[in-house]
Amino acid sequence: MTSLAPPSKKIWWKEPIEKGELIWIAVVVVWGIILTLMMPFWHIYGEQNLSSEAYKTTAEAFQAKTMAVVEEYTVRTEGPFNKPVVKPPAGADIYLIGRLWDWWPAYELEKGQSYRLHISSTDWQHGFSLQPANINVQVLPGYDMVMTVTPNRTGEHTIVCNEYCGIGHHNMLGTIHVVEGGASGE
Amino acid sequence: MSSATASDFRTCPDTGLKFHRPAEALIKANAVAAVVFLLVGGVLGLLVGLTRWPEVHLLEADAFYQVLTAHGINVLIFWMIFFEMAVLQFCSSTLLGCRIATPRLGWASWGLMVIGALLNNYAVLWKGNSSVMMTSYVPIPADTWFYVGLILFAVGALINCFIFLATLVIAKSERTYEGSLPLVTFGALTAAIIAIFTIASGAVILIPTLLWNLGFVSHIDAGVYRLIWWAFGHSSQQINVAAHVAVWYAIAAIVFGAKPLSEKVSRFAFLMYIAVLQIASAHHLLVDPGLSSEWKIFNTSYAMYLAVMASMVHGLTVPGSIEAAQRAKGFNSGLFEWLRKAPWGNPVFSGMFLSLVGFGVLGGITGVVMGAEQINLIVHNTLYVPGHFHGTVVVGSTLAFMALTYWLVPILFRRELILPRLASWQPYLFGLGMTGVALFLMGAGTLGVPRRHWDILFSSAPGGGYEFSAAALTMMSLNGMSVVLACLGGAAFILIVVGSLLFGRKLDEEEKVGREMIATPPAEASYAGIGSGSITIPGTLVMVFVFFAAFALYYFINWKYLAETWGIS
Repeated sequence: MTSLAPPSKKIWWKEPIEKGELIWIAVVVVWGIILTLMMPFWHIYGEQNLSSEAYKTTAEAFQAKTMAVVEEYTVRTEGPFNKPVVKPPAGADIYLIGRLWDWWPAYELEKGQSYRLHISSTDWQHGFSLQPANINVQVLPGYDMVMTVTPNRTGEHTIVCNEYCGIGHHNMLGTIHVVEGGASGE
Repeated sequence: MSSATASDFRTCPDTGLKFHRPAEALIKANAVAAVVFLLVGGVLGLLVGLTRWPEVHLLEADAFYQVLTAHGINVLIFWMIFFEMAVLQFCSSTLLGCRIATPRLGWASWGLMVIGALLNNYAVLWKGNSSVMMTSYVPIPADTWFYVGLILFAVGALINCFIFLATLVIAKSERTYEGSLPLVTFGALTAAIIAIFTIASGAVILIPTLLWNLGFVSHIDAGVYRLIWWAFGHSSQQINVAAHVAVWYAIAAIVFGAKPLSEKVSRFAFLMYIAVLQIASAHHLLVDPGLSSEWKIFNTSYAMYLAVMASMVHGLTVPGSIEAAQRAKGFNSGLFEWLRKAPWGNPVFSGMFLSLVGFGVLGGITGVVMGAEQINLIVHNTLYVPGHFHGTVVVGSTLAFMALTYWLVPILFRRELILPRLASWQPYLFGLGMTGVALFLMGAGTLGVPRRHWDILFSSAPGGGYEFSAAALTMMSLNGMSVVLACLGGAAFILIVVGSLLFGRKLDEEEKVGREMIATPPAEASYAGIGSGSITIPGTLVMVFVFFAAFALYYFINWKYLAETWGIS
C-alpha cells in the first residue's frame, strides 16, 4: 500500500527502520546538537553577542536622557537640519532615538573604544540597521535597549530604518562617524 | 444519525478514490478561491519586484507600501490557507472514503473566509489606509476592516480545521478504513493541529488589537504584540510545511506508487512539527529588546533543532521512498538511474521534486542560519528574510501545491488539462524564477539591503542617503528579472488551470482520463534486494550528504561574516 492508504502492516510501529534512514537520523541528531551549541559557544568565544539588558521607558524619559547627552557632548552640527553630532567619551552611556522619520542625534565614536548605546523609539516600531557594518536590531517604543558597541572600522556609517514605519520610512536615516582614537573629528 | 447513502458518493474511474459529493464541492470551492488569491497576490508581487528593480522603480512610495502589504497577505495567508483547506478536506473525506462532517458549516466557513479576505483587501487596496505590512505591528494603525477581515478569515479557517477533525472521527466510527490513518492524512492532521494553535494565537493578538483600534483598549505593548503575533505568523508557516510535506508524500504515491520507507520514522517526523511550535515566534525576536539570550537560544532550538531535524528527515524519506519504488520497478542500476528515469516532463512530479530540493536548499539552510541567535544580527529585517521565505513558501509550498493541482484538475474537476506542453515546462519556469528571487534577495540582504523599503537609492532623502555597493544593486536588478521570469511561470499556471476549468475537455463521471493518473504500487516482493548491499536507497543518501556538506559550509561562512563586524556585547 502507498502513503495514500493505511499502512499495510497493522503493527507498523514494530517494523525495523531502514539502514539508510538510521544513518541519516544519526547525522541529523548530532548536527541539531551542534547547531544548538554554537550559540552558547559564541557567547563565550565570539565578539558579537547582543546583551539581554533592556529597560521599560517612556518617550519623555528617553528624550530627556538623550537631550542631556546632546547638551553635554555635541561638537558640531551637520546636514540640512543641523543635526547635532555628539562625541561622547569612551565608555559613556549614549542615547539614540528612532522616530518618524529620523535617527537622532548623530554620533562620532572612536575606533576600538566601547560605548553603551541605548536605543528606543518615541513613536512606532523602527529597525536600526547600521551600514556597512550590517548590524540590525528591532527598536520598540517603551523599551530602552542597551548594547555595548565597539567600532572596528573608521569612516561614516549610516543608520537605515529597516522596519516599515509609514510613508517617510525610506528616508529615515542617521549617522555614526567612526574616527581613529585621539583624532579631533573635524 | 444521517449516514450518507451510496448516491452521495462517486468513485473516480482512474484512481478508485471515493469522492463524497458535498466534500468534493467544498474542495473545489476552496481550491478555486485559492487560485484566485494566488492570481491577485502574484500580480501584486510583480509590481513589488518591478519597483525594487532600481532601473525600473515602477511604483510611487505610497502605492508600493500598499501593494507590498496586499501582496504578502494575499499570497502568504489567503492563497496558502485556502489551498490547505482543500488539502484537509481531500485528505480526510476523499482519502478515507468518508462523508464530510457538517458540509453546511463547511460552506459557512468558506463564506467567512471569502468575506474576510475581501474585507481585508478592501481596507488595504481600496480604502488605502492600511499599508501596515502583513505584520501590522502596533502602534502603527490600520483600518478597522483590516483587522475584522483577518479575524473573520481566521474564524472560517478554524471551523474548517474542526470539520476536518470531525470527519476523521466519522471515518473511524463508520469504519471506512482499517487500521491507522494513511501517512498523507496523518501529515494533514499535524497541519490541522498546528493550524488550530496558530489561529488561536492569531485571535489572542488580533482581537485585542481590534479593540485597541476601536478605542476600547488604551495600549498594546509593542514587544508583547510581536511575541504573540509571531506565534501566529511563524506557526502558520509550520502549517504550510506540514501540508506541503504531506503533498510530497501524496505525489510520490500518485506518480510512483511509493510507500513510506518506514511509517514510524515519517510519522514521528510529522509529530516533531507539532512538538516545537509553541514559542517558534522566538525566531523573529532574536534582536528584540527585553528577552534574555537563554530564552532566545532555548526557544529557537528546543535544545536540538527539532523542527529542522524533522524536515531533514522528510528530506531523506520522501525522495528515498521514490527511489525505493523506482528500484523495485527495475530502475535499479547505479546510483541515479531511478532519478534519471523519473517522469521529468510530468509537472506533477517535476513540481514536487523542485519543491523538495528548493525548500531544503534555499529555504531550509537559510532558515537555520538566520535563526541562530547571533547571526540574526547581520540578517534581521534585511532582504535576506523575504529571500528565505520565498524559498520556503514559494519554491517549497506553492510549487508543491501547483504540482498537486495539475493532478486534481482531471481527477476532481473532471476536466482534461489544456496546453500540456506548457504545463510540462511551467514548474521549471516558475521554479527557476523563484530560485532567482530567493537567491538574489538573500544576496542583497547579506549586503545589508533593508526589506520593506521603497528606494534603496535614497533618491528623495534630503541629506543624501547610504550608498549600497554595486553588487547589492546588481542583485536587485537580477531579482527584478527573476521576478518577471517567475511571474511568467505563475501566469502559465493560472492560464493552464483556469483555461482547463473553463475550456478543457469534459470528462464524464465514468470516463477515464486516458493516461495513468495513479501508479500501480510495485509488488512487495519486488522490493527485495534493491539498492546496493544493505543500503536500499544509495542515491538518496548521496544526495542528502551533498546537501549536508553545503549546509555545514554555508552555516559556518555566516559565523565568519558575523565575526567581521563591530564588537557587540
